[in-house]
Amino acid sequence: MPGEKPGVFDRKIREALSDARLQQAIYTATGRLKESRLNVVSSGVLPDYQELRTQANRLKQHAIDNLDFYLEQFQRNVEARGGRVVFCQNGVAVADFVLALAKERGARLIVKSKSMTTEEIDLNERLEHHGLESVETDLGEYILQLAHERPYHIVAPALHKTRYDVADILSERLHVPRETVIEKQTAIARGVLRQKFLAADIGISGANFIVADSGAIVLVENEGNARLTTSAPKIHIAIAGIEKVIPRAQDLATFLKLLARSATGQLLSVYTSFLSGPRRPGEIDGPDEFYVLLLDNGRTRLLADREKRQTLYCIRCGACLNACPVYRKIGGHSFPWVYSGPIGAILTPQFREVPQEPSLPFASSLCGACAEVCPVKIDIPKILLELRSDAHRHDPPKSQNRWEKLAFRAFAWLMRHPRAYEMAGRMAGSLAAADDAAWISRVPALLNIGPLRAWLSQRDLPPPPPRSFRQLWRQR
Amino acid sequence: MTPREDILHRVRAALGRGGSPPSPDPPAVRLRIPEVVIESRIASFTARLEALAGRVLRADTPGRAGERVREALGDRSAVASNAPYLEECAVTRFPGVRSGSTDRDQLRALCASADVGITSADYALADTGTLVMLSSPHEARMISLLPPAHIAVLPVTRLITGLDELFSILPDPASTTSSMVLITGPSRTADIEQILVRGVHGPGQITVVLVG
Repeated sequence: MPGEKPGVFDRKIREALSDARLQQAIYTATGRLKESRLNVVSSGVLPDYQELRTQANRLKQHAIDNLDFYLEQFQRNVEARGGRVVFCQNGVAVADFVLALAKERGARLIVKSKSMTTEEIDLNERLEHHGLESVETDLGEYILQLAHERPYHIVAPALHKTRYDVADILSERLHVPRETVIEKQTAIARGVLRQKFLAADIGISGANFIVADSGAIVLVENEGNARLTTSAPKIHIAIAGIEKVIPRAQDLATFLKLLARSATGQLLSVYTSFLSGPRRPGEIDGPDEFYVLLLDNGRTRLLADREKRQTLYCIRCGACLNACPVYRKIGGHSFPWVYSGPIGAILTPQFREVPQEPSLPFASSLCGACAEVCPVKIDIPKILLELRSDAHRHDPPKSQNRWEKLAFRAFAWLMRHPRAYEMAGRMAGSLAAADDAAWISRVPALLNIGPLRAWLSQRDLPPPPPRSFRQLWRQR
Repeated sequence: MTPREDILHRVRAALGRGGSPPSPDPPAVRLRIPEVVIESRIASFTARLEALAGRVLRADTPGRAGERVREALGDRSAVASNAPYLEECAVTRFPGVRSGSTDRDQLRALCASADVGITSADYALADTGTLVMLSSPHEARMISLLPPAHIAVLPVTRLITGLDELFSILPDPASTTSSMVLITGPSRTADIEQILVRGVHGPGQITVVLVG
């Protein structure tokens, strides 16, 4: 890792690793999501899964390569249906717009449906700072808002909370009797939030897709809170990153088949809402005002890099988190920003001007599981490598001293000299006790010093087998 | 420079071009519509929805469908949409069923207190067990959303194969309505310990009556 002392990232990782209950929770939850996904993308169930991925990748690439065209087309179509599109450079611009509108309409209560984009700009905090009440209505997000925490996972935000944690949070914050039955906890939240929905002045949602040829936003959810958020209040504001645009409504046939499958293993989420503009003449309900705020917040900076541009294809399904052996150990809160897992590791350093955590792209084994499950085929390992090389360019590692250079030179020599390599292998074998997976961290004290010690402390290596491949080969 | 100009300028600079580009040529639309006979569509729709704990009832005629709805309702209170098809099924004339509201606030109050919301549906998707609801003077958004149970009545002729067929019939839903909602099973969450709970914000029960 380039020239950084172990910092917050390391400390949080250690905390997560040493919490046995948390380890169990992450492992079980991501394991279940992983398995559910596999059940619905297998070739028996969805024979054209790979074709759909290819199509989704092509569509995203096309939309991003023509982003200016599609954003303008989207705006024209929203405004033709009586809605309004507002371009926002950052979170301050979003908050300013909402605050000004709230003031003009005398609005005080806002209901919100789940949106990573609004997490990204700390929208609730900004609004509440100015005296508005902004309530998260997705059950997991609501629990986290009460607990003052940020989401642990892109699609399962409260993955790290047990029913007992939830019981504490609800009784403490809502002053209700402590309740540990999950159905009853859900009913408590439903009751409180139902009143908020019916009283709210403004509903704020994100957008899973924005559709250029119809001027529509698409929301995908299971609970019904996004439907209520966008239909009950008289004002609906959708906040979307500019990269969410897709060319045509018909392309949803591709994306919707992939999104729910990849995220939760459902064929479709319970509710998919396709919303375009305020209610039309004759329609009985729905909002009177419809706004779409298109957010930049670092996205155009990322766009300039041809290779890394594909980061913007992400549809936030979370499949890469569940597949990632690193996420499954260190969890969501170890990551320095709202986006976690492999996608967080490539989004965070590119979205933010000042790199929050220089070692982030290095926290990966580059195993490729993330790229394998990505429904839009983002080559995450490749981008991680690019980011590593960027990090070295900006901050040439001071610690690559002559010892390290010498070690790598010796390693290179060893790899080019088969006999020496074999002898080294045998020597290493004699150091390891059989079935001791952690032997490498206990190599003799002579070697276990200085930079080597830090290096070894992070690594396991299975003990070498009694006979090497070369020996077996000679004997056959 | 306005924020809009600034962002579009940054996008163009990042993409390495000056003015607005010519109309781009997107990848061909990918829609695959299989031939599926009606009985298989009904079987698939039923299996999918039942797997999600929904119920599917069959009726030969609109009149019979009305009877099925009445049985399903029991003594629960209900609010019905203004869909002509519900009138054809006589659902709107049942005692205890309120219908005909065209006022937003009045309708919302009805929905917030009713036990059941009764609607028709514009389409149903066989391969996912999905109802497709377009908002209109006949169908309000709240009826399938606020009450704890939802009953939908529709003729089997509206049962199409899936998403691909839907988007080939409605290439741009926005030209018809401000809101198209796809409903696949009862409202649910698994946010606490991944334990499935039905009926979070939307209806926890869903019953579909297929007619014909």
